[in-house]
Amino acid sequence: MRLAWWKILCIVQLLIISVAGFIGDVPAKPILNETIRNYYFHVPMWFGMMIFFIVSVIYSVKYLRSGKLEHDIVAVEYANVGLLFCILGLTTGMIWANYTWGKPWSNDPKQIGAAIAFLIYFAYLVLRNSMIDPDKRAKIGAVYNIFAFAMLFPTIWIIPRLLESLHPGGMGNPALNPGDVDSRMRYLFYFIAFPGWAILGVWVATLCIRLKKLEEKKLQHA
Amino acid sequence: MRNKKWPGLLAGLLLAGISLFSQTPMTGDEPVQMADALHANGKIYAVVAVVFTIVIGIVVYLIRLDRKISRLEKEA
Repeated sequence: MRLAWWKILCIVQLLIISVAGFIGDVPAKPILNETIRNYYFHVPMWFGMMIFFIVSVIYSVKYLRSGKLEHDIVAVEYANVGLLFCILGLTTGMIWANYTWGKPWSNDPKQIGAAIAFLIYFAYLVLRNSMIDPDKRAKIGAVYNIFAFAMLFPTIWIIPRLLESLHPGGMGNPALNPGDVDSRMRYLFYFIAFPGWAILGVWVATLCIRLKKLEEKKLQHA
Repeated sequence: MRNKKWPGLLAGLLLAGISLFSQTPMTGDEPVQMADALHANGKIYAVVAVVFTIVIGIVVYLIRLDRKISRLEKEA
């Protein structure tokens, strides 16, 4: 089997960021010190999560329009990977906060918003698994997924930006403010760290989707 | 058909390469305690080696999983 080009790109990017992320020069800032390198690892988790949840909701809408179960499988698996990235983002954020803010959880608006978003998406999986009938499960799950996505707007994109916070970008964008991050770090972030981690998530999601489809096929033949 | 895939990979690698040029020393900030000793005596490379190994391990595992699923798809 030949590896697809985007998988090769993902591997190269991850290898580069795991070296350049530690050796590359970073601006010396008080409080942050060397932890500023977490920017290459913590922030891509959230960017990745947003992309996976967007893909998930698109496929949920597609499922409701077409009624094809494949679309539902794609929506579920991308929501799964999005949740994984959300958990990783929350945990890495807590580890980072422990050394810069003084404690892992300070009831910061961004932390609470992310935790609420996590619980809402977690409820999506719980809701799905509480139903046995596949069509009913897919339909109710898809409708819930659209509402869960709508809740991302206040919890992740609006409320954290309105309130004072320890997290950078309190009165603007949490990750993209020009003054927050050195432009040289931003190159490494946009061209290597963010696409590398995001493609890794897509890769895992496609593997899960293919496995689920194989399982479905087996069930149909049995 | 395969020729169509190479421009994508090349463009991605080119963008990745450009960003490496931006890794020039950063100066002008007020003195802040950084892990300069870790960089000076080369111990940072131990950390890099560990993370590099983990990434390679995960990627090899993913590739193997990918191949297994491809084989199952062919059989089905």
